[in-house]
Amino acid sequence: MTPSVIELPVTADDRRIARLAALALGLTLAEAALPSPVPGVKPGLANIVVLLVLLQFGWRAAAWVSGLRVLAGGILLGTLFAPGFWLSAAGACSSLAVLAAARHLPARHFGPVSLSVLAAFAHIAGQLALAAAWLLPAVAIFKMLPVFAAAALVFGAVNGLIVVRLLAAPPPAGDNPAHA
Amino acid sequence: MLKAGDIGVLATGTTAVAALAWWAWFAPSLAADTALIRAAGQIVHSVPLTHAQTFVVPGPLGPTRIEIEPGRARIQADPSPRQLCVRQGWLMRAGDAALCLPNQVSLELTGRQSLYDTLGY
Repeated sequence: MTPSVIELPVTADDRRIARLAALALGLTLAEAALPSPVPGVKPGLANIVVLLVLLQFGWRAAAWVSGLRVLAGGILLGTLFAPGFWLSAAGACSSLAVLAAARHLPARHFGPVSLSVLAAFAHIAGQLALAAAWLLPAVAIFKMLPVFAAAALVFGAVNGLIVVRLLAAPPPAGDNPAHA
Repeated sequence: MLKAGDIGVLATGTTAVAALAWWAWFAPSLAADTALIRAAGQIVHSVPLTHAQTFVVPGPLGPTRIEIEPGRARIQADPSPRQLCVRQGWLMRAGDAALCLPNQVSLELTGRQSLYDTLGY
């Protein structure tokens, strides 16, 4: 009997997306360990990776990284297909949708901070819309809306500034994205 | 580091957050947020209008059923002979009240702002 080997062809793009998704996943897991005063208020560090991928490799790659992060994060945190997973997915979808439009803003005037803040607002808006429609009475969410929006503004701006710094930094030796 | 558009986005975002905070927490609104249930003049329940629930309050004639839903409340059933408070239907605005008189049970909605300072009867 001849052993049969099934080999799936893997492109350099696949490897890069997998590596970046793993990075985003690591940040998601690290963040899940942080205590949060209000459920839903989180720094969203994985969005730094998504934004970097968007700016360097385009929207498709960013969507892959974001989607893989949500799915694998659900598996590793044990929340796959639980409410938290769907909220996370809704946030990721709406922020990707906004980024798809916002990345066409003229780069001369709008930097990563704009994209990050807009994505953060879209993220929390998507989550809250799903939560209001499905999980919680809309009245209760309405009262908390300013808190979530303020957190999105602050964390979005900080993440955006981190992206600006990372883009300005020279790539470490041996990890030049142009050859990866 | 920050471009002109970024500052614009941050300023717009800050304004949006401030407007949202004012709207959600301070803006005058006639929306009711709490139901006060009284029996014989004493408040027996003070219920936030956030989720559906029912209360049964005993009165001299028998039990009065009060139904709470998000943002509204009503007297569902009452033993009073003329059924005025039941026929009032759903109460939604702050200041609205339904009195089941012979049974001495009342339902009043309160909110941030009321149509009336007080109701005398």
